[in-house]
Order: sequence, then C-alpha cells, then structure tokens
Amino acid sequence: MTRETLLNIVLFAILPTTALVAFALDEPFIITLATKAAILALAGVGLNIALGLGGLVSFGHAAFFGLGGYAMGILASHAQSYTPLMETPFLIEGTKSMLVIWGVAIVASALAALAIGALSLRTTGVYFIMITLAFGQMLYYFAISWPAYGGEDGLSIYVRNDFPGLNTLDPIQFFAIAFGILAIVLFGAGRLAKARFGLALSAARQNAERVETVGLTPFRLRLVAFVISGAVTGLAGALFADLNRFVSPTMFSWHTSGEIMVFVILGGVGRLFGPVAGAALYILLEHTLGGLSEFWHVYLGLLLLLVVLFARGGLIGTIAGREVAHD
Amino acid sequence: MTDPLLKLSHLNKSFGALKATDDVSLTLVRGEIHALIGPNGAGKSTLIKQIAGGLRSDSGTVEFAGRDVTHLGTVPRARAGLGRTFQISSLAMEYTVLQNTVLGALGHDGGVMRFFRPVMKDRALVDRGMAALERVGLADQAAKRTADLSHGQRRLLEVAVALTLEPKVFLMDEPMAGLGASGSKRLTGFLDALRAQAPILLVEHDMDAVFALADRISVLVYGQVIATGTADEIKRDPTVREAYLGAEDAV
Ligand SMILES: Nc1ncnc2c1ncn2[C@@H]1O[C@H](COP(=O)(O)OP(=O)(O)O)[C@@H](O)[C@H]1O
Ligand SMILES: [Mg+2]
Repeated sequence: MTRETLLNIVLFAILPTTALVAFALDEPFIITLATKAAILALAGVGLNIALGLGGLVSFGHAAFFGLGGYAMGILASHAQSYTPLMETPFLIEGTKSMLVIWGVAIVASALAALAIGALSLRTTGVYFIMITLAFGQMLYYFAISWPAYGGEDGLSIYVRNDFPGLNTLDPIQFFAIAFGILAIVLFGAGRLAKARFGLALSAARQNAERVETVGLTPFRLRLVAFVISGAVTGLAGALFADLNRFVSPTMFSWHTSGEIMVFVILGGVGRLFGPVAGAALYILLEHTLGGLSEFWHVYLGLLLLLVVLFARGGLIGTIAGREVAHD
Repeated sequence: MTDPLLKLSHLNKSFGALKATDDVSLTLVRGEIHALIGPNGAGKSTLIKQIAGGLRSDSGTVEFAGRDVTHLGTVPRARAGLGRTFQISSLAMEYTVLQNTVLGALGHDGGVMRFFRPVMKDRALVDRGMAALERVGLADQAAKRTADLSHGQRRLLEVAVALTLEPKVFLMDEPMAGLGASGSKRLTGFLDALRAQAPILLVEHDMDAVFALADRISVLVYGQVIATGTADEIKRDPTVREAYLGAEDAV
C-alpha cells in the first residue's frame, strides 16, 4: 500500500468518525460541521476533475454550485407553497424529493457547464479564468435581480427535503446521505482518473500537442471533463442548500468559486482526496481561528500562500510525496 | 512505381519576411525512406509541421493517401495515418514511459470516452504499448517517469509512440539526435526494417545514417529543395557540395 493510499483511508475516515463521536456525545452542531465539510469536499471533488486532471483553472464553479442550490430552492419553495412552477404548456410542480432535486441539479449544472465550457474552452490561461469568472458573476447578478425567488434575500425552505426511509432532519442521518454521496463520487472520480478518459485528459493537460498527434482532440476531452465537473459541483450545491435550508445569490458569487478552489489547493491539486483534506481543514480553521479572531481569513490567506510557495502538492503532496502515476 | 502515398505540391510558408518554405514539392512512395537534409534553419521542421498539420501553409497542397488534406488539422491527419515524431521531444512528461505508448495505442483505438475500467489494466492497449517499447529497446524503462529519461531515450520513446499509431507514413524529425554512436546505429538498423511497414520521411543530421538508409535524399536550403536524388547523386551534386556538404566538411 502506498503512503497516499494510507493517507486517503485516514482522510476518508475522519469525517464519519467525527460525526459518530459527536453523535455519541450529543453534539449536533459538530455533526452539522462534518456534513458541511463533506458537501464542500464534494464541490471540490467536482472542481478537481476540471482543475486537477484537466488543468482547467475555472474561477466560475460557483455557477454550478449556485444552480444546484437554486434547483433545490425553486423546486422546494413551489412544493411548500403548493404552487406549480408552470402550468402551460404542461404542468410542472415543485417537489420535496431529494432524489428528484438532485437529478434536476445535475442536469441543470451539466447543461450550464456544456454551454459555458463550449465558449470558454476556446481560450486558455488567464482568459479562461476571466471568462469562467464572468459567467459565474452573470448568474450571480441574475439571481440578485430575480425577485420571484427572493432576489438578494434568497429563499428559505422550512423543512428539509425527503429521502426515502430516512429522517433528513436528524443531523446524523443527513450526514449519512451527504457522506454517502461523497463516497460514491470519490469512487467514481478515482475510476475516471485511471480510465481511458482520465489518461487522455491528463495527457492533454501535460502536453496538448502530444494528444493531438495521437489523433485525440483536447477540446472534446476538456469539454466532457468540464461537464462532469460542473455536474458534481451542482449536486454539491443542492446538498448545501438542503443543509442550510436556504439559498441565496452568495452561492453564485466569486467568493464561492474561490473557496472551492481553496479546498482543492489546500488539499492538493489533482489528488483524489485533496478536496476532502482541504474542506475539512478549512472548516476546522474557520471554527478554531474564526472563534479567536474576526480576521481569520488573513491567516487562511497566509496558509494558502505557504502552500502555494512551499508545498505545491498541498497537504497530501506534503505528507505523501509525489503522485505515483503508474500502477 | 506506385502512386506516392504523400505528395507535397508547391508548398509555401513565410514568417514575416522570412520564407521558411519556398515552393517545395516532393513525394514519398511505399517502401522508401526519403531523407530531408539541410543546414540548421533551412526549414526542415517547418515543412514537417506543414505536413503533420500543426502549421497552415500559405499556399500549395498536401495530398496523403490520395486525398487532399491541406485544410485538415493535426487530429484528422493523425487519424488518417500520419505518424509524427518531434525534433524537440513532445511527450506527457509526468507519465511513465509505458503510459505514453498506451496513450498512443488509445489514440489509435479511438474509444476514449470510457470512464470506468482502468486503462493500465486494458490488456490490448498495454500489450500494444509494451510491444512498441520492445521494438525500440525501451522495454526495461517502461515504469520510469518520462521526465527522468535521458534525451536520447526520449527520442526513442517518440518513435515508440508513433509505432503504436500504426501509421501509413512516418514523419521523423531528427530521431537520432542525442542517441550517441551505438544508439544511432541501433536505430538505423531499426528504421531500415521499418520502411517495409510504412515509408519514412526522415529529417536527419547524422549523415552516416542518412547515406546508409535513404533511398532518396532531398536537400533543403533556405526553404528551397535544391536537389533530390540517390545518395550517390547527392554526394556528387556540385550545388549540394557547395551549399551544404562542403560546408560540413569544412567544420
Ligand atoms: N514560428 C516561427 N516564427 C518565426 N520564425 C520561425 C518559426 N518557426 C521557424 N522559424 C524560422 O524558420 C526557419 C526555419 O526553421 P526550422 O524549420 O526550424 O529549420 P530546421 O528544422 O531546418 O533547422 C528558421 O529561420 C527559423 O528561425
Ligand atoms: Mg529542425
């Protein structure tokens, strides 16, 4: 077993262990923090497919996170007010079913990623960063100025949505849902990275000319990666909204894009469990440093600077060393 | 003689005022090695790029396997069967040596939108990647990171990746560079046999290799083909001696 595998097992165990200990000690707030970490990690796992594997520095992943959030908010708010979303040409009603909401969140963010990717992937480098940022901000301002769904104030959902057989309002049960999804997506993302697609995508990041010379189109690989990436982050957005029972335009803001990127960088760009490490560390810092000082973001900034300057592989790279490419 | 597999007609390419390719016409027929020689900066690499699709020609046509590919990009030309190696190695440096040839095999196979089965456990692809490494003598380096290879080994890996593509034509830009005497000799023997699989347009500075291998040689100077002929014809050609070989002797 490599050092990274061992570290991954530890990282995988941290969140459920924390949640279970908190459950035993009757500390629901800690369970909620672990749930938040799992959901933010999921958003990071999504970004990491584009950023880590594909080398696509998207500064607009808040777009997908927000779309997932609003998919939940819109569907659930219609369900709680018993008003259909639309009646003509056909009837669409709201829903409180998490499974349906996740499906809508995934499809909506995948479609958005397809459109945004098709346009922005024609550029590279700093232009790509700026264009993805611009798309994210467009959705942000759109959400602010759309009064039907709360505008600037956002939308509150009074009761968490339903999942068959579980009481989603019970913190430990909702944690189980969020962590279960994270586990499934981690498994899938790990397989993807080692599959044919992952080999070609990661090669396109290292050397696009090489990939073209063997007859593969980098643009297609990147677009598909961007769509998968956006869909995963969108699913995380739907869960995040359900965790808070609240959505607001903040989910679309560039701060959110930046935070998701921070999870990935802190944990280790391109490392499967990087976002898990990054999100857990972020939540930990937020609630330790955040309690000590209002300016905890300054310390976070310093930490980030140190990681970027001295530990390019992030937390995982520092502990486990360089990635083993071949197995 | 059969129809040429590759036919360049009146190709031109300028970089600003510099004419890098000046009305170049040449052919490559089945079973031959056609060497392209000329001093540094003559436009050999530029011409290879124009053939492979990385660089658009200002005018002229590239016909490949009876088809006009002048307006196609690199990817469709590669898929049509143009296998190129680079003068400056262009590989996935973070990958192992084997992963680079498996990437080539994957490119040739084409089924890239598969997301679940580990590619390095895909017997068909890995066997093809290994076979290519064995042919160029890199099999013992398969698990090494490409970035850790020597310059000469990277050149060989370039050739191995091209092999996995099973191309109809090889375009090789100075594959011997950095190989050393014994390495050059070995690769010379290999290319000699390879021409039966697919013809090779070979850019090379190693004159021993060129004279040993080439069925035909074209001499490029300032973007122009100043002579085409057999090794003996080229050795005797006075303009070539003056423009190129003579200068080489003087060094
Ligand atoms: N992208 C480019 N932009 C401008 N000039 C170039 C470019 N590529 C090549 N050249 C110039 O074209 C000439 C031919 O270059 P090249 O094809 O690399 O020569 P060779 O491979 O024969 O040594 C050189 O003078 C080189 O400086
Ligand atoms: Mg050259």
